[in-house]
Amino acid sequence: MTEFLQQLLNGVLLGAIYALIALGYTMVYGVLRFINFAHSDVFMLGAFVAWYSVEKLGLPTQSIGGGLAALLLSMSVCAVLGVVIEKLAYKPLRQRSTLTVLITAIGVSLLIQNVAQNSRLGFGPNPKAFPALFPSQQLHFGALTVSTHQLVVLGVALSLLGLLYWIVHHTRIGTAMRALSFNATAASLVGINNDRIISFTFGLGSALAGAGGVLYAMNYPSIDPLMGTLPGLKAFVAAVLGGIGNLPGAALGGLLIGLVETFVSGTRLSTFRDAIAFGILIAILLFRPAGLLGKLKVEKV
Amino acid sequence: MVFPVAQRWLLAALILAGVASAVSGSMDPYFLDVVMGVGVSVVLASSLNLINGFTGQFSLGHAGFMAVGAYTSAMLTTVVAPRLGWHPVLLQWVFFPMSLIAAGLLAAVAGLAVGAPSLRLKGDYLAIVTLGFGEIIRVVLQNMDMVGGARGLTGVPAYSNLFWTFGTAALTVYTVWALLNSTHGRGFLAVADDEVAAEAMGLDTTRYKITAFGIGAFFAGVAGGLYAHLKGYLNPGGFSFDKSIEIVVMVILGGMGRHAGVVFAAILLTLLPEGLRELGSRSVPNPFGGADWSLDWIKEMRMILYSLMLIVLMLMRPQGLFHRSERRRRGA
Amino acid sequence: MSTSLLQLTNVTIRFGGLTAVSSVTADVREGELAGLIGPNGAGKTTLFNLITGVYQPTEGRIEFAGAGTAGAKPFHLTERGIARTFQNIRLFPSLSVSDNVRVAFHRHLEHRTWQSWLRSGRFHAEEAELRERTRELLSLFNLERVQEAPAKSLSYGDQRRLEIVRALATGPRLLLLDEPAAGMNPSEKDELMRLIRFVRDRFRLAVLLVEHDMKVVMGICERIHVLEYGRKIAEGSPEEIRVDPKVIAAYLGD
Repeated sequence: MTEFLQQLLNGVLLGAIYALIALGYTMVYGVLRFINFAHSDVFMLGAFVAWYSVEKLGLPTQSIGGGLAALLLSMSVCAVLGVVIEKLAYKPLRQRSTLTVLITAIGVSLLIQNVAQNSRLGFGPNPKAFPALFPSQQLHFGALTVSTHQLVVLGVALSLLGLLYWIVHHTRIGTAMRALSFNATAASLVGINNDRIISFTFGLGSALAGAGGVLYAMNYPSIDPLMGTLPGLKAFVAAVLGGIGNLPGAALGGLLIGLVETFVSGTRLSTFRDAIAFGILIAILLFRPAGLLGKLKVEKV
Repeated sequence: MVFPVAQRWLLAALILAGVASAVSGSMDPYFLDVVMGVGVSVVLASSLNLINGFTGQFSLGHAGFMAVGAYTSAMLTTVVAPRLGWHPVLLQWVFFPMSLIAAGLLAAVAGLAVGAPSLRLKGDYLAIVTLGFGEIIRVVLQNMDMVGGARGLTGVPAYSNLFWTFGTAALTVYTVWALLNSTHGRGFLAVADDEVAAEAMGLDTTRYKITAFGIGAFFAGVAGGLYAHLKGYLNPGGFSFDKSIEIVVMVILGGMGRHAGVVFAAILLTLLPEGLRELGSRSVPNPFGGADWSLDWIKEMRMILYSLMLIVLMLMRPQGLFHRSERRRRGA
Repeated sequence: MSTSLLQLTNVTIRFGGLTAVSSVTADVREGELAGLIGPNGAGKTTLFNLITGVYQPTEGRIEFAGAGTAGAKPFHLTERGIARTFQNIRLFPSLSVSDNVRVAFHRHLEHRTWQSWLRSGRFHAEEAELRERTRELLSLFNLERVQEAPAKSLSYGDQRRLEIVRALATGPRLLLLDEPAAGMNPSEKDELMRLIRFVRDRFRLAVLLVEHDMKVVMGICERIHVLEYGRKIAEGSPEEIRVDPKVIAAYLGD
């Protein structure tokens, strides 16, 4: 029983992290109808910025203040990066075919990965040990062991999700985002500055991805420049599972994928757990392409 | 039977390949390796062009088909062939091509398996699903101890020679050309242009799309087999998304659907890294006196330059180096 | 009285909460030149999509040449003899004019793929024959002069005509034309009317035409069906429809 609860906790934590990344994918898809391939690398950079802030900038480890500072720094850098990428690489291609932008996104992703891997310009290809940002202790609830890190991950993830919900539903800019995702033309006609909202969406999504990167690294403290690919793909599957473009769907999808992956890794099939996520993707697209909470769009002939 | 120009070219290419192969003993091995690598790239790019460029199905999992073919033919030559006790010449000239065909067929089955469910998906989604399939194939191979698992498969005999690589490249180019230049073949292009209209004109779009995947995968599998017997060893990691992207870039650079362009791009992009490596091992004399400047940062930066090129290409000239009209326009 | 080539019985289609077509019963006879009119949003194109198999009716039955069309995919129906053009021209932009028509002829090919690969004599003979048929068809409509040009380079009027030619290449018994006169000036419309009559007479087929231009509809249609909000409100000859109070009310508003 405790085994089960332990796995459940792990699954929820992993799911929360996937949810944060998935939200970025789904928000960008919602306003631009485009899958940002480079999102997973922003996630990776989030982890690296936090690492850098401790190793090179001297932020303290094992401290709440230091941990929060690293987190905020990561989120800010990632937000800025997201906006810059959008302005330089995606905005000029707004009118072009989906394929062109997709390939550009792939190019950006490869660029970030390769710069990060470069020994001169980046961090070098070897994995680095991620420091303990927050005070770490093991807490015991009966037979259940929970580390303070895990609690922090849970707390931060939930807070960010809550914050996002508040932004999307209770602020003007959030309403503008939603309007844009329904109908871009109408949105611009009622005075919404589409470009600015799109930048904001990218910034917000990237900040969440950055946070996700830090939280992920806290749980799996070995980071490397290619660490973003698999979690990114799985988070993408989560977004599609929930219904691409649908925010609660992305959160739900993230949770589900996290749980499935955690439980599968406890079984004999664990080496296939990466393939399971893709299997789920293919299954959804075959049987319920709109996702769990999404709506199917009918093409007008 | 009419013997059109294209078939004459094919025959000439095959004869040339045979001759070149015969004299290849005296050629520099590095040079041979590179040229054979070019042949393999041409097969890969042409086969992907059929799926992506001509039929408009954006597939990002081509490396998966290549992997299936590579492992199939390698397993045949390393496990099955030794038990036959054939003479080495027979092995290279009879068994090897048979293994390549087997490789292609198995890869084609994989292609059909990928193509069938992907049919109703468009653009982004199709790309992701094919990517997913490619990764699944890789993960499965990585977990199959029978084929060496994550450590890979070694000891693959060097059966690939100029005749097989160049010959296959010529055959692939011919096949794609012959396929497209027929009334039936124009159907592929019609499906890519406008599926709804194609269906309204009586074209079985499903069948076209599946066929494209099947044929494209077949040749990718054969390319995989050639690759395996060129390198001598296989590692599942070498058939990842990165490899698929390399092939996709060739198709895009060549101008999706422009066959001559794609072939040219395949040649260029295979030679380029070699060229850069050469350049990187040299040094430039320092105009200010003092030690020569080393250029080996070029080697490190290869992938960075590559990805920058991709971005710049999409921003400036998404049609690739050779024109073909851009098909789908996004709604404003 | 000729038998019905196309028979719709109580056809209804619902998209979620919206009923786009409701209990429509109508028929088109062999060789008839029929019209389908109604205010915007009446469901005319939806009806076309139902007839061609793009949509399946939620209720009701559609029969073509005596056999039901339920579950048939659009390309099956084209093989059975229903062809169409589109409201927004949907040519194959990257293909040449003659290729646009040639692909529509593909059903007449008998050679197999491997024969195509080997370029056998059979292949060449059939390809030559198809090219000839394409050329003939194009010349009938004065498009032979541009046959190698990319379809997207044609003038608007030529493109509309090409779409009709392409549909004809599939060898239909029923031709559905979706707003063929859209964007045309009066003399082009006169030309179109002659063209449609010519097509019907020469190729011995039935034509069902959706059109907003009353002059065209009244000018060539033998029978007209009127839709409003997805329901059929009237059917009859041009003279009858012209004076039908329900039709007048639908167009002028209540």
